[in-house]
Amino acid sequence: MANLSYVGKSLPRKDALIKATGRAKYAADQEFSGMLYAAAVRCPKPRIKILSISDSKARRVPGYVTLVTYKDVKGVNKWPMVVNDYPFLPEKEARFQGETVALAVADTQNAAKKAARLIELEYKELPFIEDPLKSLEKKSIKLHGDDNIFAKFIIKKGDPDKAIKEAYAVVEDEFTTNYQVHAYLETQGVVAVPESDGGLTIYSSTQCPFYVLDGVAAAASLGYHKVKVIQTVTGGGFGGKEDVPALVAAHAALCALKTGRPVKLIYDRKEDFNSMSKRHPSWSRVTYAADKSGKITGCVVKYVLDGGAYATLSPIVLWRGAVHSAGPYKIDNIRIEAYAAATNKVPCGAFRGFGQPQICFAQESLVDELAHKLKIDPVELRMKNILRTGDKTATGQTIGDSCGLEELLETVKKKSGWDIRKAEGLMPKSKGDIARGMGVSVAYYGVGLGAKGRYLDRAGAYVNIYKDATVGVNVGNAEIGQGALTVLSQICAETLNAPYENIKLEEVDTSKVSDSGPTVASRTTLMSGNAIIEAAAPMRANIFKTAFNLLLAKGAEGSKPMSACHGVFSIGEVSVTFAEVVKECWNLRMKMGEQGWYVSPHTYYNMGDGQGDAYVTYSYSADVAEVEVDLKTGVTRVIKICAAYDVGRIINPRLAEGQAQGGILQGMSWAVYENLLYKNGIMLNPNFTDYVMATTSDKPEYDITFIEKPYAEGPYKAKGMGEVPLIGVAPAIANAVRNASGVRVKSVPILPEKVWGGLKKK
Amino acid sequence: MTEKNKKITHRAKFSLKCFVNGEKVERDLDSSRSLIEFIRLDLGLKGTKEGCGEGECGACLVLVDGKAVNSCLMMAIQLQGKRLITIEGLKGRDGGLHPLQKTFMEEGAVQCGFCTPGLIIASEALLRENPDATVEDIKRGLTGNLCRCTGYEKVVSAVRKAQKLS
Repeated sequence: MANLSYVGKSLPRKDALIKATGRAKYAADQEFSGMLYAAAVRCPKPRIKILSISDSKARRVPGYVTLVTYKDVKGVNKWPMVVNDYPFLPEKEARFQGETVALAVADTQNAAKKAARLIELEYKELPFIEDPLKSLEKKSIKLHGDDNIFAKFIIKKGDPDKAIKEAYAVVEDEFTTNYQVHAYLETQGVVAVPESDGGLTIYSSTQCPFYVLDGVAAAASLGYHKVKVIQTVTGGGFGGKEDVPALVAAHAALCALKTGRPVKLIYDRKEDFNSMSKRHPSWSRVTYAADKSGKITGCVVKYVLDGGAYATLSPIVLWRGAVHSAGPYKIDNIRIEAYAAATNKVPCGAFRGFGQPQICFAQESLVDELAHKLKIDPVELRMKNILRTGDKTATGQTIGDSCGLEELLETVKKKSGWDIRKAEGLMPKSKGDIARGMGVSVAYYGVGLGAKGRYLDRAGAYVNIYKDATVGVNVGNAEIGQGALTVLSQICAETLNAPYENIKLEEVDTSKVSDSGPTVASRTTLMSGNAIIEAAAPMRANIFKTAFNLLLAKGAEGSKPMSACHGVFSIGEVSVTFAEVVKECWNLRMKMGEQGWYVSPHTYYNMGDGQGDAYVTYSYSADVAEVEVDLKTGVTRVIKICAAYDVGRIINPRLAEGQAQGGILQGMSWAVYENLLYKNGIMLNPNFTDYVMATTSDKPEYDITFIEKPYAEGPYKAKGMGEVPLIGVAPAIANAVRNASGVRVKSVPILPEKVWGGLKKK
Repeated sequence: MTEKNKKITHRAKFSLKCFVNGEKVERDLDSSRSLIEFIRLDLGLKGTKEGCGEGECGACLVLVDGKAVNSCLMMAIQLQGKRLITIEGLKGRDGGLHPLQKTFMEEGAVQCGFCTPGLIIASEALLRENPDATVEDIKRGLTGNLCRCTGYEKVVSAVRKAQKLS
């Protein structure tokens, strides 16, 4: 990888200037002539039978235009997702507090909101389920099918019962985790604009423009060729703008079709909390068995996710969680059972880590308890068991060459001073009421959609070299703050040897590139990056050949090698610029626009026993958390996170570091602060006053290292970066709290009262 | 009060005279107009963002007579005779980018960007009041601005760097 000009460099973000000057146009900033505004009428109770909806009072609001209900859905009234159970707008029954029941349309935002408040919804309350474990009981009321199970997965190999029976040490415990709200700073928003041919253009804040296309086309009963989805600058996603923007856009689309005018639909923060997807609450029971040396011989997991009122992405989230639920260890005997249960609460879906952080918290907490039971250092116990190249995962997949987990663990052990500080009695240590401790965790993350999402794991790109040597690039994966525009520009510049500043990645427009699947699963660099390389390949060949000929014509010696870097081609002292070469290519009438298409490698996986290659490759992390616990109050303060990652080759170190820091803080915030509450099916704290998140003053010290294990299939050997930094943070903190205070907190968030309760019991 | 009368009260107009990004502005507005509505809808300055509408996230921060205020919590009428600076009006001494805009870009403090205008305004107000702010002062001073992307590290380093520039 020598002599790369753009890849591996901390080049400036493509979109930093428009964002720092306030010029970036997000969904709410879009203006169209004659535009109307929609506001949702929401279900006030956890489960209702809808008797009637009337706008007789709303009609008195000046500027009120119309009411949109299920009757206005043009197509089949089911939002096409994994399981088609979620109606675009409910007809007879609404299933969670906050569900959109209808929409009021008016000529200003305030009038729409006021009208929505005056819509009269007549309903009868129905019995509801709040607890996912109760939902799975035989006698429970049925919300989904005859068992309330959205999805169930089994992974089994070897004989875990025998392993447990014959083990030297067995640990078993139950763990729970609560919701996490994405809290992207930009709430959900969309504008639907009717076109003269009866079609629609949708300006959407989304991670997944093609999901929006699916949703709008279905609700509006329009051909895909009549719906164009353009992604607006998107103010954060983290999974929260994966599936649900399609529903929001479908609602706006129905309003636009009914009124024949552009309709803007922007959520306020409360309704975003109430109705949009969340990280699933979880319950799990995990068992590990080990021999005397500390080798883990068996693992049994039962994992239950609270799916909420509709299935949305629960089946896929559950599968990813299940696949990774034994941890990144080589274990011969495994039994994993995983369920997603229906309840009458907000539907949960994708959130950075996608079903993994919850079960990682459980199993990494328990691995620590195993270390204590065996009287082996927690780092050493992990070192004995972690996956290395050639080892087999829980699903029997053989780990490939790109696996740096051992080095990651060595790195955080060394950089955190794990051994030295323990040997010198510095850790754990109390000073007055403040106790300091350290905890470790390891995690792995299957990059891309994996066997369960295989049919969606492809991506397109269109690379168009203009006559002036600037380059326009269309891809199907979205910039949501993670830096996709920048990283993909670097990949394009490198491949063509074009100056970085010449590259312009366009916003995703579904009419310009084929369906590239969602912007999720840390797959964008890998998938869209490879699609760009493939698109650019024939032009690269032409450009390099033309450059060589130009250099010969300028008197260069053809026997010497040609170098191509930083947009200049040279042989010896003779050189030509990318611009000169492109001009000549155009003169020669070469094709200067190409499509690329990348399909992830095929893998074999058996859904029956959960054996096979779950993902094409894995990213890895190791974390050491250092915390202070106030022994009087139980308050935990995270002082430092020392983390190391193998995400393959790094395309942009500054952006990668930013992703890591952001992921760590989001993980830490979930672990110790964030606590969304329900009582009797009603969300209690849908706002930033009562839902507490980490701020600047809570920021820990970050010590981040990348160990770059090249992944042969990746663009410039990259894997995936976005999610792995969040996954292991919570258990590292929980293990540090245990180390500092002696209290094992088995539920996230690790609130002061839980630690304090544990201290009282001691 | 009857429903009809209520509407009339809401519609009471007032004449606002103020300075917006250095320019004199005179507008007749509804008395119920919030400052953020005035900025985004009446002035068309879209750089000021609404993240929560209740003063918790800081995305809508603007400078009013040099002090940072959440424009979602202030009424437009309260701007009478005052000087408003939004992100669009923030400039460096040379009329180009403000030092904080430069350092936010250079340090990687911008990700999704939705919180960025508010964070830059908050940082500007902080440094105006306390040019020698320590890291701890900065961390404390920016707690009113939520950012879900960066983990705040690069935000703090961008403010530190801007301090050294000015």
